[in-house]
Amino acid sequence: MKRFNKVFTVIILIFLYVPMIVLAVGSFNNGMDIAVFKGFTLNNYRELFRDSVLLPLLLNSVIVALLSSLIATVLGTAAALGIHSMGPRMRRLSMSITNIPMTNPEIVTGVSLALLFAFVGTMLKTNNILGFATLLIAHITFNLPYVILSVMPKLQQMDPNLEEAALDLGCTPVQAFFKVVIHEIFPGIISGALMAFTMSLDDFVISYFVFGPRFVTLPVEIYNYTKKPLHPKIYALFTLLFVTILLVMVLMNVLQAKDEKKRRDERSRLHRRQVG
Amino acid sequence: MSKELIRLVNCQMAFDDEIVLNDINLYFNDKEFLTLLGPSGCGKTTTLRIIGGFLKPTGGDVLFDGERINDVPPYRRKVNTVFQKYALFPHLDVYENVAFGLRTAKLPEDEIDERVTEMLEIVSLKGFENRRVSQLSGGQQQRVAIARALVNRPKVLLLDEPLGALDLRLRKDMQNELKRIQQAMGITFIYVTHDQEEALSMSDTVVVMDKGRIQQIGTPEDIYNEPKNAFVADFIGESNILDGVMLEDCLVKFFGRKFKCVDRGFEKNEPVDVVIRPEDIDIVKADDGHLCGTVTSVTFKGVHYDTIVDFKGFKWLIQTTDYHEVGEYIGIRLEPEDIHIMHKSEYSGMFGDYSSYSAEYEEMDDPDLYPEDEEGEEASEGTENEE
Repeated sequence: MKRFNKVFTVIILIFLYVPMIVLAVGSFNNGMDIAVFKGFTLNNYRELFRDSVLLPLLLNSVIVALLSSLIATVLGTAAALGIHSMGPRMRRLSMSITNIPMTNPEIVTGVSLALLFAFVGTMLKTNNILGFATLLIAHITFNLPYVILSVMPKLQQMDPNLEEAALDLGCTPVQAFFKVVIHEIFPGIISGALMAFTMSLDDFVISYFVFGPRFVTLPVEIYNYTKKPLHPKIYALFTLLFVTILLVMVLMNVLQAKDEKKRRDERSRLHRRQVG
Repeated sequence: MSKELIRLVNCQMAFDDEIVLNDINLYFNDKEFLTLLGPSGCGKTTTLRIIGGFLKPTGGDVLFDGERINDVPPYRRKVNTVFQKYALFPHLDVYENVAFGLRTAKLPEDEIDERVTEMLEIVSLKGFENRRVSQLSGGQQQRVAIARALVNRPKVLLLDEPLGALDLRLRKDMQNELKRIQQAMGITFIYVTHDQEEALSMSDTVVVMDKGRIQQIGTPEDIYNEPKNAFVADFIGESNILDGVMLEDCLVKFFGRKFKCVDRGFEKNEPVDVVIRPEDIDIVKADDGHLCGTVTSVTFKGVHYDTIVDFKGFKWLIQTTDYHEVGEYIGIRLEPEDIHIMHKSEYSGMFGDYSSYSAEYEEMDDPDLYPEDEEGEEASEGTENEE
């Protein structure tokens, strides 16, 4: 049975990662055909970094991802604080409302945002409202729940007396947040920000509905590319993106594991002491 | 004794529809060690949180030095709190934890250093400045919490079951330590506990609470020797509580016998509760006794034996250093000073019968018997988990 489990796990991993491996291998292939490996080369990467179209778009994507995740982190943390201070019934309701957009099909979110922007555009009597601002707003919108969801549990794990202790020692509520509470929930804030960053960086569906011709992100542009045969430098780009996101994810997991270990250590130490 | 510092006037607290505090009138003197004592859910922690400013009473006033402070937030009150689970800041070391209040007040660096160093010395934590709080033992964390509060030189220190998480031995040491610090610093301590022994040994004044009401206020001796009702008599120490009738001043009748006592001021033939402390009862030969009964259970408690004696179906607890076997027929004698008379109250008949006696009554001292204490009230307010 155990052996079966192992084999099964390996099969699943292969299914999951073979496409990526094919892509990565393709990015080092000296030839246009992905099916025939003609020899190892870094030419595709060299060409990618000389590309004057793709690189600015990558920069666009990074700018949107950075800005939207940053703003979403600030707003989301504030929202989590607000939700946390509600009564249990209101809190449950708010969390459900927060969760719905995450399960909502992206295409629905995209279309509805596009409609909203069109509506606002008509109100403002402008034809080309779609652009950087709409893209940013859309990204912040779908990033928010992820931030709230990763900050919330930290707030609930926190000893509620900590904030009271800060107030007791002369802090205003704002000071108490920056001097004490933020240190307690920081791991949650960071993982929320990283999650938001990755979601935003590779978002295509929602971006496709709200981008304007003046400001295009990489995933949207690549979608146009797929209509004609792909140049291998795209494989190189995908490989880099994949590696980047992989690294961010690994970083997030490491941070979380560290945080949990710290908490476990402290608890076991405290426990030992009380027993002993 | 000395001047009044804090006064609660008709204080009421209700969470949703549940009344937690009912018409509390209480004043706190300067330099006093006052203990709020009562079982879980009696409202003692709520009272403390109202004084600390973490809760606003739903009725009545809180006065500090004669000024109404109902709407003054905690960070502008001249009180500091030692929390039940210490609530030390995990991201700061011992020194910075203690310095927290002074830094918030933006005092000059050299004054901060002087006061923190002095305070760490008072709580015997010199040399621990750079330790992380998670590296400290429970007792040490406790002392950091006390230092962190006291370094701000509050007029009043609020302590919410501060020794609850410590083991028995450490608790005794810390009791002495706290009393010493309170006397050395000369400030008011308002102390919350469910441990009657702790309350009696440390306090100048004890306030016994139950069901959101004050049951009795007095010195530890008053509370123990002159309990006002069956609840206080039972909660503070052990008591045999019997139905009696006050025939006239200094004469009470119970178990069909008249006894001389020292209480007066009751109405003629008023039904009363009679309290007899188990350690005041003398066991004698059956022939010499005022009352006679059969021993039904004996438990060795170290200093004394807990002896349960059946008198006509009503079981008494008697604490005696002499051993009497189960089944022995014995008599008891009661001197007038051994008998304490109380008016009837809503608690009459609820306490003081040892028919369901269990040798484990000492477990009352165990904080685990009161999990979470009054935080239940809070939970409905804010700290409940999802799901």
